[in-house]
Amino acid sequence: MSNILNFFTSLRLTVACLALALGLVFIGTLAQVKLGLYVVQDQFFNSYLIWWGPAGSNFKIPVYPGGYLIGGVLLINLIAAHIKRFELSRKKIGIFVIHAGLILLLVGQLVTQLFQVESFMTIEEGGSRNYSESGRMSELAVIDKTDPQTDLVVAIPQPILQHRKEVAAKSLPFKIKVDSFYDHSIPELAGSKLLFKQEALRTSMNARNIPAASVTIETDSGNFGPFTVSNWLSEDQLVSDIATSFESRFAPNLVAPPSFKYKGHEYQLFMRPIRYYKPFTMQLMHFAHDRYMGTEIAKNFSSRIKLLRPETGENREVLIYMNNPLRYWGETYYQGSFLPNDAGTVLQVVRNPSWLTPYIACALVGAGLVIQFMSHLIKFARKRSAGSAGFQPAVSPVSRQAAH
Amino acid sequence: MNKTKDRKNSASKPPEKSWQRWFPWAVTIIMALWVISGMKTEKSKSAFQIDEFAKIPVLLGGRIQPFDSVARNALLMLRGKSRVIVADRPQEELGFLELSKAKQMPAIEWLLEVMTRPEDAEKRYVFRIDNLEVLNDLKLPENRKYFSFAELKEGWAEVKKQADPLNEKLQRKEVEEKQLTAFQRGILRLNTQLGLYFQLENSLRPQNVSSFTEELQVFQQSLAPGLAALQKMQMNGEMQPDVENGSVQAVARFFHRYQVLEQAAYPLIIPPDDPAKRDHWLNIGASLMASIRSAQISPAVWAYAKMADAYGDNKSEDFNSAVTEYRNWLSGPFASEMRKTAKEDFFNAYEPFIKSISIYLLAFLFGCAFWINWSPWTRRTAFYLLLLGIVLHTSGLIFRMYIAGRPPVTNLYSSAIFVGWGAGILGIILERIWKDGIGGVTAAAVGVVTLIIAHNLSLSGDTMEMLQAVLDTNIWLATHVVVITLGYSSMFVAGFLAMLYIVRGFFTTTLLPGAAKALSRMVYGIVCFATLFSFVGTILGGIWADQSWGRFWGWDPKENGALIIVIWCALILHARWGGLVRERGLMALCIFGNIVTAFSWFGVNMLGVGLHSYGWMDQAFKWLMAFDFSQLVLIGIALMPLRYWKSFKSPSAPRPAAAASPGLTGAKPITA
Repeated sequence: MSNILNFFTSLRLTVACLALALGLVFIGTLAQVKLGLYVVQDQFFNSYLIWWGPAGSNFKIPVYPGGYLIGGVLLINLIAAHIKRFELSRKKIGIFVIHAGLILLLVGQLVTQLFQVESFMTIEEGGSRNYSESGRMSELAVIDKTDPQTDLVVAIPQPILQHRKEVAAKSLPFKIKVDSFYDHSIPELAGSKLLFKQEALRTSMNARNIPAASVTIETDSGNFGPFTVSNWLSEDQLVSDIATSFESRFAPNLVAPPSFKYKGHEYQLFMRPIRYYKPFTMQLMHFAHDRYMGTEIAKNFSSRIKLLRPETGENREVLIYMNNPLRYWGETYYQGSFLPNDAGTVLQVVRNPSWLTPYIACALVGAGLVIQFMSHLIKFARKRSAGSAGFQPAVSPVSRQAAH
Repeated sequence: MNKTKDRKNSASKPPEKSWQRWFPWAVTIIMALWVISGMKTEKSKSAFQIDEFAKIPVLLGGRIQPFDSVARNALLMLRGKSRVIVADRPQEELGFLELSKAKQMPAIEWLLEVMTRPEDAEKRYVFRIDNLEVLNDLKLPENRKYFSFAELKEGWAEVKKQADPLNEKLQRKEVEEKQLTAFQRGILRLNTQLGLYFQLENSLRPQNVSSFTEELQVFQQSLAPGLAALQKMQMNGEMQPDVENGSVQAVARFFHRYQVLEQAAYPLIIPPDDPAKRDHWLNIGASLMASIRSAQISPAVWAYAKMADAYGDNKSEDFNSAVTEYRNWLSGPFASEMRKTAKEDFFNAYEPFIKSISIYLLAFLFGCAFWINWSPWTRRTAFYLLLLGIVLHTSGLIFRMYIAGRPPVTNLYSSAIFVGWGAGILGIILERIWKDGIGGVTAAAVGVVTLIIAHNLSLSGDTMEMLQAVLDTNIWLATHVVVITLGYSSMFVAGFLAMLYIVRGFFTTTLLPGAAKALSRMVYGIVCFATLFSFVGTILGGIWADQSWGRFWGWDPKENGALIIVIWCALILHARWGGLVRERGLMALCIFGNIVTAFSWFGVNMLGVGLHSYGWMDQAFKWLMAFDFSQLVLIGIALMPLRYWKSFKSPSAPRPAAAASPGLTGAKPITA
């Protein structure tokens, strides 16, 4: 038992973990060139072990500890060592504050990792939105179009489609069978039909994966389908991409979303980026893209937004620009990007319940470091001014004689 | 021979001779005078008031700058130097004596020549081509580096043919610059250089003109009748202008001529007619095109025409009066621009960072000499020179901040300047405390190296370029960037101190216990500071990221680079506290810290991915590898058994840290 305790409280473990962490960050940085940021985040930093196997085979072995493992052991080490050696003295206060800050930082990042949701809100100038969309994940929306006033939507997120053969939802009178699911696809024209071919995942920062799936609707009285669903069929930009690449062979009915009638209800199937609805609407009044005179260098991007929230009667204007986000409704709205020809804005929306922790942690660690090193420095200065005999200039003749 | 004994004999301190007392001051004052003598803008000996012309404000790259900066930056991009050697043969064919005697033409004089006497200018050897394949491809002699426009213009069509498709691909993002071969990059570079030269030729007046003033007079006379005729046609509802009409024809000819000029001209030299629209400068062609609409020619165009004609025809009096007249005219509505460019022109001539290199180098040499002769006057000379260097360096830094209106670090170039400055300050503090030459030598060495790096970075263009929108925030530039750069400084200082320990201990007998212990204390103290700066800087960066794109941490390469410095600092401190390393182990870890810091500073930019990347640097990569290798060699030496160390090998010689605290006695390799 004491062996285990000694192991987990030892400074050697700290040093070993730090060395491993350095290696991890280093290879994780180099690997981004080939794998792209997101894959590296998943495989290196947000994982317990890094797996490796020869290309093309399913055989894989763990080759290096991942971020969670190293971070976790460091955290245990840190807490255990402090419990074991804890003493409240002026000498140790700096060290204690530093490490308390570090623990807060690590825990805060873990919470961020688990609960942070990132999405985008794209608004054309003059247009408005009451939802943001995921940049990486899609959902299958089953839309009940029967009521001309309101659509009833049941959305099934991509991870469920990827991993389940069959999906049932309480609010749907039928089951959805997933025949196949491609994480990334490209459209192909086969005769007069549009087919989707599976493609290798794209990993670079700005590349997007566009999923496609084939689903069958299973009811008690028989099946509908199979239907092909994909973002290719539902997003304006992607539809126009298809139209451009197929030129004259393109016809609008190729991209019509699949629909069917069941028990007097009319349903449509849409694959689209996951939507996060808000209790308010944002209207883009003006998007500005300023450049430095005589150059193409961007000087500033800004979005003048009208924020409308019926339940509270809010109706106000906000200006979101670089380095000046809007924090509202537990979310933060940043100036993320813009539409081609400056036709509109793309706001990045982040919901992060622990966004304040790094600020507090930074203050703690910074203060701790200053306290600690300043007390060292003062002690050192005192020693030097007090005992000049003990501390002659290191290579002066006097000290040289003293050495012999 | 027993060296220890020798030193012991010399140890009894002889009284200082009088020359030893004044020598340090004399050297420092001479260097200070040398600096001051360069502060006056170089008076060209010609009868032309080129210095006055140099200060005229123009707009380029989104900022107001003097003509002098345009000239210097252009010449740096072409030739890699801010002067041109005046000779009738390529400089490779000149003998050493001829070369050193050859006249050096300042950039601004060269630019005037390019703009007004193209037939002379194109014989100057201002294009530097390093890539052998490019030379072969253009059938140019391999044994030369510098070429003239006259030699290259034949081959430009061929260069263009290869470069244009590459540029298109780059623009469509089908390839990234780092994926190109060295030859392809060489071709692109040459194409850019030739393009730049062509633009410069067209910046003041159209080419093939004997008198631009006369041309403008004809233009002005034809404007009124031409425009009237055009207006009449429009009123009569004729869709096609009557091309037979002489006055319309005349305007049309000018229209085409100035349209071409508008495309070709480089800096925006004509100030706005309406001083309220301060940013709306135009190039000469664009201004003339505007004249066709407004029937008015800007007074600035007239003034430039006079200057161009006078310089082209070698009439110094006309040139000088035109320059004076124009400057007087500008100083009314554009007084603030005039003041700004006068300052920048002064700064260009001042060259504080280049001059600091020489002073630091001298300080370094005296510092090293001190370890050989152990005479206090040597150390004092080094220290005074170092102070002079840091004063010059600081003044340059402040001047730059003042001109650019920015915190000290805005790009890679200024980070190099600042790393050197931070190291200088730390070194001076160490030297003040220990007075053993170590801090001084460290400050001087890091200063020289970082300023040389900065000089090489400045070759890629304007170092005060405008900042991308996300970087356009003085608060974060002043906090995160400055603090993180100070972290780099302290890491390099700690690393260099460790190098001194290894080199002196292994190769010389000068690393006595006192010196070893002092070095070890210095290194420890500096690592503490490095930890503070790197940690706070990294977290501030995270907070900036949280403020500007919504996430505190994203494992972006630049962020990772900062993080590994923090991790490495933490590792060094914990390893030392835990007794896992002693003196030599600490030194080895700090030398590895150099590799870690260099990776963070430069290595991540070479990965070519991530939001922060500054661009790919071919040459820098080779240097980085060489640096890393040298550091690994030193670490290898640090791990050699003590019997091979000159300072420690004799059995009677004291072992390092013998007198240190109980936890630090003995000198074992890294592991305890």
